[in-house]
Amino acid sequence: MVDMKKELANYNCNAFYDELFAASGQPRPSAQKLLDFIGAMSADDLQDRTTAVDLAIKVMGISFTVYSEGDMIDRAWPFDLLPRIIPRSEWDAIDLGLKQRVTALNLFIQDLYNDQKVIKDGVFPAELLSESVNFRKQCIGVTPPLGIWAHICGSDLVRDAEGTVYVLEDNLRVPSGVSYMLENRQVTKRVLPEIFEHMNIMPVDDYPSQLYDTLAALSPRPQDEPNIVLLTPGIFNSAYFEHAYLAQQMGIELVQGSDLAVLDDDCVYMRTVEGLQRVDVIYRRVDDLFIDPEAFNPKSVLGAAGLMRAWTKGNVALANAPGAGVADDKVVYTYVPQLIKYYLDEDARLPNVPSYLCMDNKQREHVLANIDQLVVKPANESGGYGMLVGPKSTRAEQDKFRELIKANPRNYMAQPTLALSTTPTVIGNQVKPRHVDLRPFILSRDIQYTTMGGLTRVALVEGSLVVNSSQGGGSKDTWIVDDLHQDGGTR
Amino acid sequence: MLSRVAEHIYWFGRYTERAENTARLLKVNTTLLLDLPPKITFGWGHLPRIAGCQEAFDEHHEQADENNVVHFLILDERNPSSILSSLRSARENMRTTRDLMPREVWEQVNRLYYRVREQGQQAMSRQRRHEFLDQIILDANMISGLLFGGMSNDQAFRFLHIGIDIERADMTTRIIDVRSESLLPEQSEDIMPFLNIQWMSMLRSLTAYQMYRRHIRRRVNGPDVLRFLLQNTEFPRAVVFCLNRLNSTLLQLPHSEPCINQVIQLRTHVAGGEFHQLIEQGLSEFLDQIQLELNTLHSCLHKHYFAVEEQGESQSQFSRSD
Repeated sequence: MVDMKKELANYNCNAFYDELFAASGQPRPSAQKLLDFIGAMSADDLQDRTTAVDLAIKVMGISFTVYSEGDMIDRAWPFDLLPRIIPRSEWDAIDLGLKQRVTALNLFIQDLYNDQKVIKDGVFPAELLSESVNFRKQCIGVTPPLGIWAHICGSDLVRDAEGTVYVLEDNLRVPSGVSYMLENRQVTKRVLPEIFEHMNIMPVDDYPSQLYDTLAALSPRPQDEPNIVLLTPGIFNSAYFEHAYLAQQMGIELVQGSDLAVLDDDCVYMRTVEGLQRVDVIYRRVDDLFIDPEAFNPKSVLGAAGLMRAWTKGNVALANAPGAGVADDKVVYTYVPQLIKYYLDEDARLPNVPSYLCMDNKQREHVLANIDQLVVKPANESGGYGMLVGPKSTRAEQDKFRELIKANPRNYMAQPTLALSTTPTVIGNQVKPRHVDLRPFILSRDIQYTTMGGLTRVALVEGSLVVNSSQGGGSKDTWIVDDLHQDGGTR
Repeated sequence: MLSRVAEHIYWFGRYTERAENTARLLKVNTTLLLDLPPKITFGWGHLPRIAGCQEAFDEHHEQADENNVVHFLILDERNPSSILSSLRSARENMRTTRDLMPREVWEQVNRLYYRVREQGQQAMSRQRRHEFLDQIILDANMISGLLFGGMSNDQAFRFLHIGIDIERADMTTRIIDVRSESLLPEQSEDIMPFLNIQWMSMLRSLTAYQMYRRHIRRRVNGPDVLRFLLQNTEFPRAVVFCLNRLNSTLLQLPHSEPCINQVIQLRTHVAGGEFHQLIEQGLSEFLDQIQLELNTLHSCLHKHYFAVEEQGESQSQFSRSD
């Protein structure tokens, strides 16, 4: 049987930065109350609560979809009871850094599709743009409402052994995970209700209404109540749960491509039992290559023919705007600090992870020579697919990637293997350090909003750095604990 | 409300109702067999036709014996109308419309689906079949209970209700057809003592026996039972009752006139049935005709509410309500 007090006393941080412990046996101030509470739990109590977690997740129907499971397409969401904590004072600085970053990225996208000053001024190489697979020539000359392209951004943050927070990547196309952030909090509230009375934990529940306001702000018919829909690829998409969840939370229709039609007036309509109804804003969770068979992939059945026509005419708003992905590929990523300087005349508040671009001869030589020490990433993949984690790879895999890089250097970049931070995680009946990252979400309209914390993903396998749920990762509730208002002991 | 969503909800209603009524269909046949004298043989061969899956059955089976038929109607996923397939379809239709119905409904549908899938073999033995079918009927009624007690009476609810009523009317005619199939000439000496028992079994399979006795204070006889199950306006599994309710549900939908007309026409037809004669001849054809007209009603609904979804359809038939 597990003795929590002993477990926590024996918890070994190793050489990593731990989110809850400053050193073994030494809780961080923001985590003290939580760890005291957990430490005082009996083994039975902890067991009861872990069972309650599983039950809550089943009853709440929190699931994600896995392609390969055939019949059972829903899989219960793997969730760890112990939250990850970040003090408010630290979070506020991260929040500013994220907003700064997204502001610069939006200016960059707007510039690329219009004047291309950034290229003319020699800050961003023209050949990078011409080779980008996410640049959509269909978007040239378009200025979407408010000049904003990436209304919803999910940026992945990691910490190294020193505790420095880095941005690992930005997701500007269809970032997912926010519903799990919201549901994780619901689960924790159910399972650890007492602790919420004694700690000043910042709420996260505001996100759906903030998202709704962000979408509503884009409506081409601002005088009316806007008709907003969420466009999903459908039930077999791995994020379908989230699509349904968000639509429900915002009270908007969840539509599929076949529900939409673009008529001769270049407006978008949805097919309802009452007839056709005009649609003003589409929160599209379909990759832009599939949203309009007329403009992009002609074989796609996930979108609606004519959507781009309606969008370029300004008759419908798309969030995120098509083409926004041009700024989230992993090669553009390396330019973000310069872009922030160029557009905002500020220094980047959040650092990038040092990166090597394989298109640069010198940097490529370094990557090829040290591939066993590096993480190699393709420029345009997400979900952890198609990458090489050097220290965990075989000689054959390394050789394969060397060939891939030589064949298409523009498509690869490499980063040193980071000693990702850890946080206490219940594994069986023990508490063990496991590596985590963090995905906050940033909303942009005339004002910006950042989630309080975000989705903490945890690699449940010992030593593993891969946190993606499709590859054996789990998640945790993330608490931003207010250390600025110390009097807030009880609420 | 999106056309696609309306259609999913409608089919969810139909498939749950179909699962329940297929259980009733098997129940009536099983009990009829027990009620008949041993020398009268009517087996299982007529059930696939009555359930509307004769072709699929013939494709996979040469012999229509008890084992084959019961398995085909309950567990065979190659039969799109088997109880298991119906529940699977109900589940798939609900998957994308979960947010419109109470969460408990989703859980109950899953529970029922897995019960049939995992314990369906029980129904293969006559001894356990009755209990198993009763359990399916009860479970299905729990779904209706959750829906009727916990779902707002909104547009989604109306399409659900329409699906349930069409399927129920259809299945009631099919269940009656089991009896008409088994019918030897009514005057046959051998069968006379068993006639009323047979009608009673059928009423029981439709949970209609008690209500029948309350409505009709005569000894049970064929024409009265038919009148009750087809023309009664108060018993919820009676065809005319379902049609009346369809009518009032449709009245609450936009541009529903063509569908309402179809319902009225069908009701006139059902109400005109003279069962003293039909029971001698033509009952099966009469029932088939009702099923055909229900099909026409479905096409009418499809055209006016659901077809909007289909690619390549002309859009001119839809008014812009913007």
